[in-house]
Amino acid sequence: MDAILLQVLNGLDKGGAYALIALGLTLVFGTLGVVNFAHGALFMLGAFVAVVVNRLLQIETVKLDETKLTPWGTPTEIRTPVVQDWLGDFGAFLVQYSVPLSILAAIPVMLLVGWVMERGLIRFFYRRPHAEQILVTFGLAIVLQEIIKAFFGANPIPLTAPDTMSGSANVGEWFGLGAGLAYPWWRLVYLGFSLALVALVLGFLQFTTYGMVVRAGMQDRQTVGFLGINIERRFTVVFGIAAVVAGVAGVMYTPIVPPNYHMGMDFLVLSFVVVVVGGMGSVTGAVLAGFLLGILQSFASMNEVKQVLPGIDQVIIYLIAVIVLLVRPRGLMGQRGVMES
Amino acid sequence: MDATTLRNDLVYMAIFTLAVLTMPFWLDPFGANYPDLLQRFAIYGIFAIGFNILFGFTGYLSFGHAAFLGVGSYAAVWSFKLLSMNAIPAIVFGTVAAGLFSVVIGYVCLRRAGIYFAILTLAFAQMSYNLAYSVLTPITNGETGLQLSLQDPRILDRVFGAPETGGLPFPVFLGYELNGYPGFYFCAVLLIVAFFVSLRISRSPFGMALRAIKSNQTRMGYTGFSTRPYTLASFVISGMYAGLAGALLAVTDPLAGAERMQWTASGEVVLMTILGGAGTLVGPIIGAGVIKYFENIFSAFHEARLHEVFAFLPDGLEDVLVTITRPFVGEGWHLTLGVIFMLIVIFLPGGLMEGVRRVRSAIGRSSSGHDPSGRSEEQAKLHPAE
Repeated sequence: MDAILLQVLNGLDKGGAYALIALGLTLVFGTLGVVNFAHGALFMLGAFVAVVVNRLLQIETVKLDETKLTPWGTPTEIRTPVVQDWLGDFGAFLVQYSVPLSILAAIPVMLLVGWVMERGLIRFFYRRPHAEQILVTFGLAIVLQEIIKAFFGANPIPLTAPDTMSGSANVGEWFGLGAGLAYPWWRLVYLGFSLALVALVLGFLQFTTYGMVVRAGMQDRQTVGFLGINIERRFTVVFGIAAVVAGVAGVMYTPIVPPNYHMGMDFLVLSFVVVVVGGMGSVTGAVLAGFLLGILQSFASMNEVKQVLPGIDQVIIYLIAVIVLLVRPRGLMGQRGVMES
Repeated sequence: MDATTLRNDLVYMAIFTLAVLTMPFWLDPFGANYPDLLQRFAIYGIFAIGFNILFGFTGYLSFGHAAFLGVGSYAAVWSFKLLSMNAIPAIVFGTVAAGLFSVVIGYVCLRRAGIYFAILTLAFAQMSYNLAYSVLTPITNGETGLQLSLQDPRILDRVFGAPETGGLPFPVFLGYELNGYPGFYFCAVLLIVAFFVSLRISRSPFGMALRAIKSNQTRMGYTGFSTRPYTLASFVISGMYAGLAGALLAVTDPLAGAERMQWTASGEVVLMTILGGAGTLVGPIIGAGVIKYFENIFSAFHEARLHEVFAFLPDGLEDVLVTITRPFVGEGWHLTLGVIFMLIVIFLPGGLMEGVRRVRSAIGRSSSGHDPSGRSEEQAKLHPAE
């Protein structure tokens, strides 16, 4: 029982990342009709926004303390971040919480990136074949990740979660399953965060007038256009939202896996599979499939399962995708006629 | 087929053969005349020709073609280990193994088209890659990669009493060790054969059927034409080309690693084909050559070389230019590749071959006045990747 709960939790936090990327991917596809292979790069850019914020906050002053000596007989260096010098305790708080605070920086940055990407490139590909959309965004993804590599190098850059959220939570006790079951706090935070973000986006689409118009545009953009609504602009906004969602998902993921320049591509391939399993263009489908595949993957990596089916943990997601595509071509929740050919 | 087309094709083949065989001479001024690079031109040329049969002719975008390359490599190395160091069994086994593998994968994946096909092939390739790294380690030797060893049985070599060398043997053909220039000429001959087969396919009724499938599969179905055998045949042929290329990679350097099957490798062959011109005959080979050339030449550039290159400029300007170009060379040559690739897809979806055609038709128009037919052809070729 413990093991099962642990695997579900493990799956949920990975699934959260899949769901957030897949959400944006499918939203862009459903609105603009564009297959965006650069979406993983947005996730990666978000993670590097966190890196930049962290580096800025970590700019330090070095003072030499002559009274205390190190074992080598040199004066001890006291390094204090500049913000801490300026702002005292509030500065220390900023340094400590740099990862969650990076979200505040990531939102405008990712909106801008999304806007530039959509207006500068994607817009010209609305009417071009899907193959060309895939190829041009694939090229863009390479360019973005190479730029990041040129600035930040090829090695992963570790970032830490705030002290209050590092360490493990005693999940077992909460559920009355014995104290042995512990789970990292930050992963729980990530899970909660991704659920909240998903709820926010779905709520926006479902319960606001703006979201209703966007959904109407997904159904029939021409008619919405006839009603005098500038649907193109709303779709651009949706692209921006998708970019922000991917970006903040990347920000929050940094304490779990240290960001490197190719993390976007690694996630993109899986997220595409998630989108296809969920149903191209279906937002709820993508979210459900994200969590579902995350959980399945973590169950497949249990030792008991691996003994029966060696290697299953490596292929489970792809295997599910193949089965779903062959048995139910439009995915779990896809609508009839969307890219079914 | 009428006689003029046939004669044109023969001339075409002759020019192509000559160009390939004299590559060491005319590539010399470009600094590309060393056997290792020449072998790569030929091998990736074969890979791209094969990919073009599926993508360019039939219109199916596969994002998992590297899986067949990897299977071909593994099969070839196993042939070296178990049977003989002769290159012929190795390439036969590599091609056949990849062919069988592609029958299975093609049968499943071809149930869908468009983006779903791309994702299915990607899923299969990733599965193969992951399995090669983990569970299939007894066959693939995991992360280390499959290598020759002195304890290999090499049954045929033992039986026929091939001369024992002290160290590790190297793949041979007719007594030549296939590294250096003999290796290049071996690959070059196969490239010419591969090109000839692709030319014949494109001129045959079979090739016509593939093109028809690309332009409108539904209509083909309505005329009572079963497209499935044709798409599967195209997929398998394409997979066998990839297997041949993989086997040749093993012939010129007898080891095989799983990273050959990774999706970045699949992406690379897509880039080559698009860059050269999907659907054209010679385009993919040019694309493969250009990419491999850039990879070798550009990635060897470093800051000192850049200063040499821009040395003729005034000092300030030189520094500025070096700073600007620095991220694009050396480690960052992928950036150059990405930028070129984007520019090609945006402005020249037909690839370099379309560029050649546009320039030619522009010259033709300016010399012979307005030429409406050339224009309509240009329009028709505008979206070859559709």
